[in-house]
Amino acid sequence: MTDLVNVSYDTLIPNNVGLSSDKRVLKALEKWHPGYINWWNDLIPERFQKSMVYLRTAVSVDPKGWAKFDYVKMPEYRWGILLAPQVEDRRIPCGEHVGEKAWQEVPGEYRALMRRLIVIQGDTEPASVEQQRFLGKTAPSLYDMRNLFQVNVEEGRHLWAMVYLLQKYFGADGREEADDLLRRRSGSEEAPRMLGAFNEETPDWLSFFMFTYFTDRDGKMQLESLAQSGFDPLSRTCRFMLTEEAHHMFVGETGVGRTVQRTCEAMKEAGIDDPYDIERVRALGVIDLPTIQKKLNLHYTLSLDLFGQEVSTNAANAFNAGIKGRYMEHRLEDDHKLGGATYPVCQLVDGQIRIVDAPALTAINMRLRDDYTRDAAGGVGRWNKIVDGLGVKFELKLPHEGFNRKIGVFAGKLINPEGKIVHGKEWDERIGDWLPSKADGDFIQSLMKPCWEPGKFAGWIAPPRVGIDNKPGDFEYVKLHMA
Amino acid sequence: MSKPVKQHLIDPEICIRCYTCEAACSVQAIEHDGVNVVVNFDKCNFCMDCIAPCPTGSIDAWRVVNAPYSLADQYGWRELPAQTAFADTASEADATIEALDADVALLLAEAHAGAGGKAKAPRSATKPTINLYTLTKPAEATVQGNYRLTADGADNDVRHIILDLGGQPFPVLEGQSIGVIPPGVDADGKPYLPRLYSVSSPRDGERPNFNNLSLTVKREQRGVCSNYICDLKKGDKVRLVGPFGATFLMPNDPKARLLMICTGTGSAPFRAFTMRRQRNGADEGASMTLVFGARTPNSLPYFGPLNKVPDTVLKKHLVFSRAEGRPKLYVQDKLREEQEAIAELLSDPNAYIYVCGLRAMEKGVEEALGGIAEGMGLQWRSLRDAMREEGRYHIETY
Repeated sequence: MTDLVNVSYDTLIPNNVGLSSDKRVLKALEKWHPGYINWWNDLIPERFQKSMVYLRTAVSVDPKGWAKFDYVKMPEYRWGILLAPQVEDRRIPCGEHVGEKAWQEVPGEYRALMRRLIVIQGDTEPASVEQQRFLGKTAPSLYDMRNLFQVNVEEGRHLWAMVYLLQKYFGADGREEADDLLRRRSGSEEAPRMLGAFNEETPDWLSFFMFTYFTDRDGKMQLESLAQSGFDPLSRTCRFMLTEEAHHMFVGETGVGRTVQRTCEAMKEAGIDDPYDIERVRALGVIDLPTIQKKLNLHYTLSLDLFGQEVSTNAANAFNAGIKGRYMEHRLEDDHKLGGATYPVCQLVDGQIRIVDAPALTAINMRLRDDYTRDAAGGVGRWNKIVDGLGVKFELKLPHEGFNRKIGVFAGKLINPEGKIVHGKEWDERIGDWLPSKADGDFIQSLMKPCWEPGKFAGWIAPPRVGIDNKPGDFEYVKLHMA
Repeated sequence: MSKPVKQHLIDPEICIRCYTCEAACSVQAIEHDGVNVVVNFDKCNFCMDCIAPCPTGSIDAWRVVNAPYSLADQYGWRELPAQTAFADTASEADATIEALDADVALLLAEAHAGAGGKAKAPRSATKPTINLYTLTKPAEATVQGNYRLTADGADNDVRHIILDLGGQPFPVLEGQSIGVIPPGVDADGKPYLPRLYSVSSPRDGERPNFNNLSLTVKREQRGVCSNYICDLKKGDKVRLVGPFGATFLMPNDPKARLLMICTGTGSAPFRAFTMRRQRNGADEGASMTLVFGARTPNSLPYFGPLNKVPDTVLKKHLVFSRAEGRPKLYVQDKLREEQEAIAELLSDPNAYIYVCGLRAMEKGVEEALGGIAEGMGLQWRSLRDAMREEGRYHIETY
């Protein structure tokens, strides 16, 4: 009998799904494995591959065993297949099948839809590692380098998780899709990643922090909704991934927070009160707050696009089929079918931004996005507390949902961050105040100098309040390989 | 005044409100509003399930309080209140606090006194949990086994005791101690106080993931607790307190080199250290050296299993002071004999020295190490103090 909590190491691939007695899937995964290792080795610079990184690895999926910290060389990280423990007698939580027994196999009629969802989710995981591949070289500290690599290996594991589902439940099609996940590359001309936001390089560490804060949070919300799936293996996979995803949220929130903190501290030390005195602030070797706001505007709005159309029949179908639920579906108190319910959605009506009631079933994306915005606003509030605590007069804000959108009702519309429709001239004049320019990017890039002495941090970022795994401030999170 | 209690809290300045802890908690002790995530004192059972999944470390906050903070208190916080001072306890924020009870803390302070100053944990050591179980709320373990380690003819009776903790969380690190409460009352009619024993199994248990641990106990004439333990039968129930100890710990750094010097049951923590390294797959660059003294091979605990540990993992120097037909040899003699290797360890900033056993061995060992240091042209005292400050010199004697 399979031990479903502790990870078994009796195959090359650590797992808690009884792989050793599932020869067909084991064979498929073992065939896929070398391609994965090649992908990883091509991606991460050799010096880092050979370095000892203080990483956490899951040895079981129960709370006691899932975060064991130790030094490991990244290519030797135990990527595995870990599903949250099965909940006995779990029921489909939403849609027309609500209350029926959760599926342990994919129902034939939803096969294509489900495969598509898993492939899209799976495609984002390796994409982000590809986008971040050069960041190690400019890490502002060993601590941050370790956090980057932790995010990277876990994104890698999330790819494994999706590949397992494809190979286990989708036969030959699934195997082909699994291979394609390694074939596509972020930013590639011939075979780009599926979603636009995942084809941009992450050029600097502030972008990385913004990405983990905003874009990974979209990932988290997608996982939250898939964790409510009536397809039980998908739900269990996503529930375990969410525990890991929390670390990525942490890297983003504290990364931006520490950047903001250092800027405010430097301003105070230099006696600069005006946050818009950009030249003087930049001369201190820190990133001025207006530029941080512009980065926030960019990343937040790109992430809103990832939720798709506000009103969407695809989303309605997925909900109705019980494949995707709402955020915290199990805590919501309604009929979980949304037959006659409505949900307020922002629309453009006669050239005005209006809130209209749409059928709740088709507004599933919008609802998830609202939950996302609430979640994202919390951290912005905590950044502002840092600014306020250091006595600087500035407030970071999430821009209006209509600003800088490429997808949905506001796509291509000229709406400023406050949510007012503006004309082309004003847009052109002000865009430099709203979104980072090339010059802003060049300035940030100029600060990206590696700082690799244990306990030391680059001048533009404050040290963390607490170490990883409670380690002291000058702990050597990465023992760099000396070539 | 009521007795101070330990309370689990979340640091709102560090928490990112991911609510992972809330999902991990099996007794619904954690909840949140739009602002903070808080812990219900009445529900929290210290199971520690929430600690590992927390990405920030904000979950690992503790205060010793006279009256626990209410949920309303916690919801109102922007930051964690400071630890109020207590006469005989201290905040666990101070990482060198070995135990919250004054008497246990005193015992450990005495045991560690031989290092010549306040003990410090190795920097890469895992943060230990202390005082999870107390006299008013002890853990109950079941005896899984009681094996005599010394030969039948030997002049001492040392036992290997395996205790099963069942469903109770009992996180213990190699080098930590636990207290055993012997049943009964003393001459004054008061219940016996617990006696401390160093755990001899690694953190994942005597058997991996079976939530058990082992002790190495020598029967002492008229020893209340040692006789109680050495007579335990399989299935007996034992009351435990602890774990205790926050400094005599092993570094997690796989490249760290360990020199372990012990006599008798002082071998307990080193058995744990060795097993930890073995289960982790000892690193090529790392090395462990054990200098273990006993009267005869017969009376050396774990003589058999120890000899099976490959030399690539553990260099073993077993020394005997009463072996037939051999000159009397003590651990300090062996240290002098191995002078060159020891000197090399003393000069390595990634080497750690541990001494554990009877108090009587302390002096001889220190003299030997001192002599070797002087031979290298180093001043022993300052070397020792520097190593101790770096968490690389540890003494535990009794």
